[in-house]
Amino acid sequence: MIRTRYLIIGNSAGGIGAAEAIRQRDESGALTIVSGEPYHVYGRALISKYLCGDRTIEDMMYRGEDFYEQNKVDVILGKNVSSLDPSARNATLDDGEIIEWQKLLLATGGTPIVPKMNGSGKKGVFTFTKLDDAKALDQYLYNAGNAVVIGGGLIGVSVSEALSKRGIDVTIVEMKDRILNVMLDETASDMAQQTLSQAGIRTITDNTVAEIGGNESVREVILNDSQVIPCDLVVMAIGVTPRTELATGAGIEVNRGILVDRHMRTSAPEIYACGDAAEAYDFIYDSNRPVPIWPGAYIGGRTAGINMAGGDAEYPGVAAMNSLNYFGLDIVSAGIVMDGDRYEVLTEQANGRYKKLLLENNLIKGFVFVGDIDKSGMIFGLMKDGVDVGGFKDRLLADDFGLIDLPEELWRQRLECSI
Amino acid sequence: MAKVYVDPDVCMGCGLCSVYCSVEHSRTRDIIKAFNRDGPRPVSRIRIEREGPCAFSIQCRHCDEPWCVYSCLTGAMSRNAASVEVEYAADKCVGCWTCVMVCPNGVLSRDIVNHLIAKCDLCPGQEIPVCVANCPNEALVMIYDDGKAIRGTPEDSAPQTAIID
Repeated sequence: MIRTRYLIIGNSAGGIGAAEAIRQRDESGALTIVSGEPYHVYGRALISKYLCGDRTIEDMMYRGEDFYEQNKVDVILGKNVSSLDPSARNATLDDGEIIEWQKLLLATGGTPIVPKMNGSGKKGVFTFTKLDDAKALDQYLYNAGNAVVIGGGLIGVSVSEALSKRGIDVTIVEMKDRILNVMLDETASDMAQQTLSQAGIRTITDNTVAEIGGNESVREVILNDSQVIPCDLVVMAIGVTPRTELATGAGIEVNRGILVDRHMRTSAPEIYACGDAAEAYDFIYDSNRPVPIWPGAYIGGRTAGINMAGGDAEYPGVAAMNSLNYFGLDIVSAGIVMDGDRYEVLTEQANGRYKKLLLENNLIKGFVFVGDIDKSGMIFGLMKDGVDVGGFKDRLLADDFGLIDLPEELWRQRLECSI
Repeated sequence: MAKVYVDPDVCMGCGLCSVYCSVEHSRTRDIIKAFNRDGPRPVSRIRIEREGPCAFSIQCRHCDEPWCVYSCLTGAMSRNAASVEVEYAADKCVGCWTCVMVCPNGVLSRDIVNHLIAKCDLCPGQEIPVCVANCPNEALVMIYDDGKAIRGTPEDSAPQTAIID
């Protein structure tokens, strides 16, 4: 039996955000982190850098080697929590050990979606969301020449780039009519697609894999239209779904993700949730929805941590937002990027660069920048703060857009002139 | 905690702060070599903005809620617990530009040549940041926690040139 004041399930952005916030308010209250993954906290997004050989495991560490020691965190790695009892306030590990807690954070992350299809149990079928996935894939590459990646979203394109850099011939199979269709508009998708194709990555759209063929190991995939693509391995990169089984088992309210209020509290007393596991506030939609992004997990975890340690913090919310860099092409997108009748659309396109901004009642609701992304942060800030941009919207996409284009009161605030 | 502040009513937008910043963060720290013989022009950590008679420079504000730190995918951006300054560890950075996307003041610049971020580091090793030391109009000031303010001494540093973009 272990007794702890704070139990955090999950050792990634959300869990660490919470641990750091707790330690800012409570230097000594017992704090325990449990994670099924056997690693010191690492930058999850770096698994593609690991796979392509740019980063070693040591280089991927998100915090220093002495992080747990410095922050007085008891860390239990390589063990999963198998059940929760919210009324007795305890959690049971898969080896039977019981942990009693006073405050609990569910930062359990997401699970890759693996569609049911014939052949998905064969050797050579992978997912790509954690370090062990990248390691397994890495070890499989020595006798592989070509790969099929199912899904042209963020994970699919990341793994495709890494595989391609390792000399693997990659084909992406995307169900919709274009890659990265959730976060980019048509123009930006096309630009990304062209970059991938110049790098030798083939993309098949409007199609899906019906079956994975081979004996014990993957030998080919068969698409819906009966097209056969020979391949040595398949990566399932359709997306992630919130990992909610612990919460569900404990009777905590779950929609698509674990439901939380603006304090990151779940429906059960003293139990909080954040990150990919949760369904938290999105400031663009002004409602809760799963937004599986690293910054949201960290900020949500931080908010939960402050509140767990007796503070009063409100989650500011995030928007869907991603910075992509494939083969030297820089793309950022945030908020709503697909046109609709209700949005005023501003665009600028020249010399392989593209900027697009969506406005509603002079409030920024989303943007995509390709190539020249240096001013995207200022746009993001105006969007997050809900600044009325009516008076200077003709300047927003200018190359020399700056704070000075904002009303003087605002730029003086940004410069902290009052001090 | 110490931070660089600008007085926009005094700033002339001469750009010298940016020149000195580039030089200080160049390989040779030599104003001639840095701009002429040092390879790609070093990236300044300061942006100058000008509009009519109005001008100011801006660099990292070390925000109270640093979204760059919260959003960093690798741990390269961090907040120093003691000084509360936002610090950047280049060796941990992979150039994903997530911090660029969330910096509300646009003061995290892409150093494309090195695939790293260029960000104000308050000139470690210098008594006061070179932008402050070389501001000819004393528009830039370094203010410490205890209220102590330090301005440049242009007489001593003898600015050699001014550029207007």
